Amino acid sequence: MPLDTTLRDQMLSAVPSLRAFAISLSGNVDRADDLVQETLLRAIANIESFQPGTNMSAWLFTILRNLFRSEYRKRRREVEDTDGSYAESLKSQPEQSSHLEFKEFRAALAKLPPDQREALILVGASGFSYEEAAAICECAVGTIKSRVNRARNRLADLLAIEGAEDFGPDHATRAILAAGGGR
Amino acid sequence: MQTDVNQRNKTKGRLGRDVQSKIGQQLRSMYDNVVSEGVPDRFSEMLRQLDQQQAQPDQKDKEVN
Repeated sequence: MPLDTTLRDQMLSAVPSLRAFAISLSGNVDRADDLVQETLLRAIANIESFQPGTNMSAWLFTILRNLFRSEYRKRRREVEDTDGSYAESLKSQPEQSSHLEFKEFRAALAKLPPDQREALILVGASGFSYEEAAAICECAVGTIKSRVNRARNRLADLLAIEGAEDFGPDHATRAILAAGGGR
Repeated sequence: MQTDVNQRNKTKGRLGRDVQSKIGQQLRSMYDNVVSEGVPDRFSEMLRQLDQQQAQPDQKDKEVN
């Protein structure tokens, strides 16, 4: 079945954002680009299941997310990163200079559970609504909201961002909490 | 696990707006940094080749691999 030019253009214009999503998920540019390529090939092979007039970008994000998840299941131990070795490998990875400045942030992002990471990126960076993110992740809207909140809390901890006075315990208290196993 | 998370949130309270916006800014600038790279040739080239295959079905078998 020939690919409609409009659909092809819609796919191409989604690529930059798909790459950003894939890099945020996998923490690796090469792996991300492979994911994007596989996503496009799957999308083209299944183009008849796309309903014209609906959100092409959301459809492609759903495919990419599913591909990443099935890959993640295979590599569970690596990505769960209980000992921080995956985050460590990100630091030593040769990266394009444009990606260097976000190293610390990426390393923190890599320590989040995948559910929380994807929810935060979809809502906080890709610009999807909670409803769209819920559809992409095939879960309830409330689940997305709570994942985003937990992701923000954890990132704030990891990056030790000090904010307004309502942030909570001071440094010393947080150090004690951290020493207690993060509870 | 769930209890731990609840416990923790009670202890910590909600994140302040400053913290939320700092995280949001970092996340978006990291993301937009990649978006601004545009479409790498690899992808436009791939779609162009697929188009050609469809336009010339007789060559399809040769180009599949």
